[in-house]
Amino acid sequence: MPVVQLNNIEKSYGTLKVLDGISLSVESRQVVAVIGRSGSGKSTMLRCINGLEPIQAGSIEVATHKLLPGKKDLRELRMEVGIVFQSYNLFPHLTVQENITLAPIIVKSIPKKEAEQIAESVLRQVGLIDKLHKYAHQLSGGQQQRVAIARSLAMQPKVMLFDEVTSALDPELTGEVLTVMKQLAEDGMTMILVTHEMAFAREVADITVFMHNGRIWEFGPSKELFENPKTDELKLFVAASR
Amino acid sequence: MMRTFMITDLYFLLYAAGWTVIITLVSFCFGGILGLAIALAKLFGGKIPRLIATAFVELLQSTPVLMLLFLSFYGLNYLGFRLPPFIAAGAALSLFAGAFLGEIWRGSIEAIEKSQWEASEALAMTRFQQCRYIIFPQAIRIALAPTIGFLAQLIKNTSIAALIGFVEITRAGQILNNMTFQPFLIFSLVAVIYFVICYPLSAYSQRLEEKLNASRSA
Repeated sequence: MPVVQLNNIEKSYGTLKVLDGISLSVESRQVVAVIGRSGSGKSTMLRCINGLEPIQAGSIEVATHKLLPGKKDLRELRMEVGIVFQSYNLFPHLTVQENITLAPIIVKSIPKKEAEQIAESVLRQVGLIDKLHKYAHQLSGGQQQRVAIARSLAMQPKVMLFDEVTSALDPELTGEVLTVMKQLAEDGMTMILVTHEMAFAREVADITVFMHNGRIWEFGPSKELFENPKTDELKLFVAASR
Repeated sequence: MMRTFMITDLYFLLYAAGWTVIITLVSFCFGGILGLAIALAKLFGGKIPRLIATAFVELLQSTPVLMLLFLSFYGLNYLGFRLPPFIAAGAALSLFAGAFLGEIWRGSIEAIEKSQWEASEALAMTRFQQCRYIIFPQAIRIALAPTIGFLAQLIKNTSIAALIGFVEITRAGQILNNMTFQPFLIFSLVAVIYFVICYPLSAYSQRLEEKLNASRSA
């Protein structure tokens, strides 16, 4: 049974159709990379999965939760979906530990002690246990992004979404974030990542989806997709990003 | 009967300064409650609350506080509601404070990046939890300096209560001047007392602002 299922979702801004009937099914432990030019709708599609962007038609299923157009209460669904943003979005007034424990404590009602143990375990996972009591502004961009990943992991989601998480980072800092993500994939986390890191998509993702004009233009096993693009658009895109 | 300024007159001024502080605190408290309601109505309210809050703020910011005071004292008196000067002045100053604090706080909440709302929303927090744990704690830091700065403004503005006969420090100065006719001495003293109350607040507010700017550029 798929963990995430998009059924023919549509979304427009005014007359501009940004998502034009997207269907996608992601199995448990699968890693799916979403590539495409800016404006192709890939980030919008990702943000629809946890309801940050409302959809106008179609439906989204995550685990046992169903998201239909106009649905308001998305908290149950959001507990199953972690998302990491391009700009990290850590809470600047809280320490690393508080950033991670806050949601488990207030949203999932986990006792503080237990939440702190979770925080330590996810921080070890991203290699930042020594930053437990630091604030975001005391960390590098790469470290902040790893804390953001840890913060999402602490909610024990069924699927993790990554929205161009290395795009704001200096080139020498992207490596540490990609390493964490690769480890996560190897540990069996279900992941959907919007990315410009083609080499990473090819190596780590089981499936790669190429989006164009708000549609899934082409998709398939990553290696095959990159080696034998079928459509002209993907051929051009792959050639340009070499 | 004329007489010269005596040391007991200084006690009278200081006693009246106490009333200046009391009426400031009372209007700051009620103004704060009103201001919070205005900020929340403008940010999260439906169409009607938003419209009422906006109209209220625009009206208050475009009219002198003195008119509000005359309306609450003489106006209501004319209609048969005789408010004591303390209540009339307190009400007028509370409305004034409410309008300004509402705008300061709305601006402070709006200054928090949208991404903070998104990140907390994505962690499945309710709207209340987002405000309580993420947005307000950050907004308060931004709001603190202008709020304290406004408090100093409010203290000085309480002097208008003298015009309806409420004996705060300005009115006390007038009374003493009528008895002694030593305007330079008396009103200088009054000014010094205002300064002693207001300057630490303004200075503190400026220091907070510098600290905030420093921590933001860090």
